[in-house]
Amino acid sequence: MKMLIKSGRVVDPANNIDEKLDILIVDGKIAEVAANIDAGDAEVINAAGNIVTPGLIDIHTHMREPGLEYKEDIISGTAAAAAGGVTSLCCMPNTNPVIDNLPVVQFIMNKAKFEGSANVFPIAAISKGQKGEILSEMGELLEGGCVGFSDDGLPVNDGEMMRRAMEYASTFDAPIIVHAEDISLVAGGSMNEGAVATELGLKGIPNCAEDSMTSRDIMIAELTGGHLHVCHVSTKGSLELIRQAKARGVKVTCEVTPHHFSLTEDAVRGYNTNAKMNPPLRTQEDVDAVRTALADGTADAIATDHAPHHIDDKNVEFALAANGIVGLETLLPLTLKLVAEKVINLSRAIELMTCSPAKLLKIDRGTLAVGAVADVAIINPNKEWEVTEEGLHSKSKNSYFIGQTLKGCAVKTLRAGEVVFSRD
Amino acid sequence: MTFNHKHIIGIKDLTPEELTFILDTSISFKEINRRDIKKVPTLRGKTIINLFFEASTRTRTSFEIAGKRLSADTINISASGSSVVKGETLEDTAKNIEAMNPDAIVMRHNASGACEYLAKRLDCAIINAGDGMHEHPSQALLDAYTIREAKGKIEGLTVAIIGDITHSRVVRSNIYCLTKLGAKVRVAGPGTMLPPGIERLGCEAYKNIDDAIKGSDVVMMLRIQRERQGAPLIPSVREYSKFFGLTHARMKLAKEDAIVMHPGPINRGVELPTSIADGPQNVILDQVENGVAVRMALLYLACGGEKLQD
Repeated sequence: MKMLIKSGRVVDPANNIDEKLDILIVDGKIAEVAANIDAGDAEVINAAGNIVTPGLIDIHTHMREPGLEYKEDIISGTAAAAAGGVTSLCCMPNTNPVIDNLPVVQFIMNKAKFEGSANVFPIAAISKGQKGEILSEMGELLEGGCVGFSDDGLPVNDGEMMRRAMEYASTFDAPIIVHAEDISLVAGGSMNEGAVATELGLKGIPNCAEDSMTSRDIMIAELTGGHLHVCHVSTKGSLELIRQAKARGVKVTCEVTPHHFSLTEDAVRGYNTNAKMNPPLRTQEDVDAVRTALADGTADAIATDHAPHHIDDKNVEFALAANGIVGLETLLPLTLKLVAEKVINLSRAIELMTCSPAKLLKIDRGTLAVGAVADVAIINPNKEWEVTEEGLHSKSKNSYFIGQTLKGCAVKTLRAGEVVFSRD
Repeated sequence: MTFNHKHIIGIKDLTPEELTFILDTSISFKEINRRDIKKVPTLRGKTIINLFFEASTRTRTSFEIAGKRLSADTINISASGSSVVKGETLEDTAKNIEAMNPDAIVMRHNASGACEYLAKRLDCAIINAGDGMHEHPSQALLDAYTIREAKGKIEGLTVAIIGDITHSRVVRSNIYCLTKLGAKVRVAGPGTMLPPGIERLGCEAYKNIDDAIKGSDVVMMLRIQRERQGAPLIPSVREYSKFFGLTHARMKLAKEDAIVMHPGPINRGVELPTSIADGPQNVILDQVENGVAVRMALLYLACGGEKLQD
């Protein structure tokens, strides 16, 4: 089985490549990357005018299966991924049952492998049941295919428990992945604290709720020598803490989301529940800091925090609405917008969605090197398309960007050499 | 002028001219309220639902009397607790009511944004009778009416509002209303009751109430809203009263002819001593009386009263 992707602009930051080349895929693996490869008997995909990259990697999503299939499942979630150019994703453990045992891990990975359109690498819970009490069986979970540990939306409040988690995970050189938030400072808030919250009469969440926990977890990482990965950093203060920690050699990495580099708290006006997420949309100053972090290397990855919610969970009073938005299908255009705005260059943008996240979670993907699994995204950077509820592949339609016209999308997505998504 | 708002959700949405128009419209309704026979046929055949998700005596009664004196059929629904507790969504509750074809729904709800939520989903007119910590437009209008009546004008006046600013929808609506009509608004309270960014709404913020009261024409005291607070925001009522309660000494800092207002209910001896609450400078019951007139004007405008008279 041979396939030739012809005449695309190959952007493969893992191998420092950014030029017009052909890619030959044989039996699901990259066989050759060179100019003017002779097609021979291979099936040819003409990629002229398009960008060809390793399949994108999104290390923060919620697949909702098992347990919350009315919001999303592995088939619909990975279909959304493929439509967004994403071939590998990590799913958070806040399912029912929680991803804290091997059978659940195996169920998810097998379902993704045999019925899904993208590779799924589960992130298991730090503590059994995400209760913050007893460590989950990290060694076995890693053997089973998990790539890290997180209690995500239920941050480990107890400092000693977090210390043990980081120490134990360091035994296996596995990252502890945190949604850094001091719940006591959130105190029932539903949007960013500040003038907009005051105007709308909504209780705010101060930056300090995120920054104080980021600070504590960095200190624990420093104490234990463990790898701390901070999720969806939304504040200027936390990014500065991470920047300083990196400079003094602490093993800390972080990701930022497209919504936090694209939107400010003003999006909440009109009580738009598709602008409600946690961490909340912040101020322009924070948005600018997130963008700077992408450019200067403080941020290691762009991740979507794809959080599907049924309309019934969003079509309520703002304070009662569920947190989060879907993001897999808008990741590419929102990131390409940063390139158009000259915040980062194309190679850096692709790096943040491929080899950089792959490296930090030791996922064997994100490269077009000869011999690598042929997960490939073919991207039309100029195609304009309208985000519509019908057009989204995710079961849930909770996107802030519904009705907006965005620029850039995947036109073909290949997993192990097989076309899993295609659009004109 | 014509009044082109279908719903009355917040003062923020209204222009100074529209606010003045509502106040002017209220004058003739106040006159009706003092007649022997306090009823006019203006809204005969109209149905107005008072949908109250929070306890209310003053506001609900005021809207009900306003509707009845305009000959509308008014129905009160007290829905205790949030829609979630009842197991029905707010949209479903409201759509069921709308299916009975009312002309207006007057709603009070504990969630900020609840009225805007309904206005986006329903066809009938929505009048906000207080939504969470967001707005309480009819209160701000009756306050403006009362100030204008007592002082002859609003422009150029300094109004000090003191108390739990964070949890008060009355404050937010009053800041918009009074500043749009040319007054200067100061708010004051302990640090735990001053929300960040309140100045961006157009007022000055003080932590020392003496500074806020100094030279003001109007002193408006607010109740501590214990029901809206999670953890206590003050150490004790006693301490609050000492530092944030109005006293005769503090009233001396205001202009000599300053008036004292309160949206009610008053906690006597906490924010206001009885001697000031009942004293010569208070206009607190005028506020209540004017509330009926202002709400008649709002119902009249929302139910298309202007067109009815053509």
